[in-house]
Amino acid sequence: MSALSILFRRELALAWAGGGGPLLACGFFLCLTVLVPLAAGGDPAGLRPVAGGVAWLALALSSILSLERLFERDHEDGALDLIALGPAPLELVVLAKAAAQWLAVGVPLAVTAPVAAITLGLTPDQAPLVALSALIGALGFALTGALGAALALGSKRGGLLIAVVVLPLFIPPVVFGAGALERGVNGLSPGPALALLTAYVLFAAVVTPFAGAAAIRNAQG
Amino acid sequence: MLTVSGLTLSRGERVLFRDLSLTLAAGEAVALTGANGAGKTSLLRAVAGFLRPDAGTIAFGDLEPAEARRRHLHWLGHLDGLKSARRAREELAFQAAWLGADAAGIDAAVDLLALNSLLDLEVRQLSAGQRRRLAFARLIATPRPIWLLDEPFAPLDARWREALGLLMQAHVDKGGAILAAVHDPLPVTARAFDIGVGR
Repeated sequence: MSALSILFRRELALAWAGGGGPLLACGFFLCLTVLVPLAAGGDPAGLRPVAGGVAWLALALSSILSLERLFERDHEDGALDLIALGPAPLELVVLAKAAAQWLAVGVPLAVTAPVAAITLGLTPDQAPLVALSALIGALGFALTGALGAALALGSKRGGLLIAVVVLPLFIPPVVFGAGALERGVNGLSPGPALALLTAYVLFAAVVTPFAGAAAIRNAQG
Repeated sequence: MLTVSGLTLSRGERVLFRDLSLTLAAGEAVALTGANGAGKTSLLRAVAGFLRPDAGTIAFGDLEPAEARRRHLHWLGHLDGLKSARRAREELAFQAAWLGADAAGIDAAVDLLALNSLLDLEVRQLSAGQRRRLAFARLIATPRPIWLLDEPFAPLDARWREALGLLMQAHVDKGGAILAAVHDPLPVTARAFDIGVGR
């Protein structure tokens, strides 16, 4: 078994250990989307124009929840030192951890997303588009989230710092994702917005491993 | 096997030591001594590649340093890298397999360190000495020639100090090398290297 698959499986096990972090993220996601109609008044017609945007905002916020676990725990208990001496370069370690984060947290969130979108007033026939765009977007969130988690390593207020570092980086996928939903609602092809969303993911997949690995090396010194 | 030459290390503004040179040959153990704060741990971290020196070089024979660190180094620091909520078996399996051990190596380590009765416990249920033995098991399970150890015996009782000493001696006898930061003498034939009193 290759070293990276050993790490990947460990990351999945850790994500689900201790009370099921992914379920917590999904619960938080649903709570946010239920709160919005309550806070903004129950009129579905008034909510429908912003439903896609609010769903994506909630998705972005829910994706931040478990990022602190990604590197900070391993840094605190010394596991990151051990991982750095393994056979795989740190760049691939960052990529494997981000991929596991996507599978453990992003995919459950993407599955939850149609429910959240319908709660906000989107019609059920939009559900496949919501799920697909959320699946792609969650991969972007996992990648840039991993970068933010690596940059915040070793700081005392890591969790809060990650949110402040990462939220600005989440602006493009939120814009493109919400744009895809809006085009879908208006009967236009969501293709261009999904293409931009995918381009963002590819960009993050190239930048995150190198920048993240450099940030980890810096934190270890 | 390991050649440190002209090394200068600092932590923040404070220079720990200047122009330190040290060689570690195959089949040799070196006991790093020095006062608290003299830089023993920092020297080990620099050898492991975690700390960038201000000056000097660290060479691993003919090997490229990054490659040597990924394939030939074992690191056992103050922090053991064990996740307290996971079972000892899972943590040993991950640590050893990540570093390249096979199932036979892990079984041998479990036997030598008498870990069998602990494997089904969560790491948080282990005592400090038991945790240290569990962390040490990855060194036995995965053959790597250079061991970097930072206070390896601190939490261990007399019996396990002796047992680990025998395992270290066996590693050295097989042509391995050990660089260990210690306060008490190593229970193996070792050359002492004092890095001074710090500043």
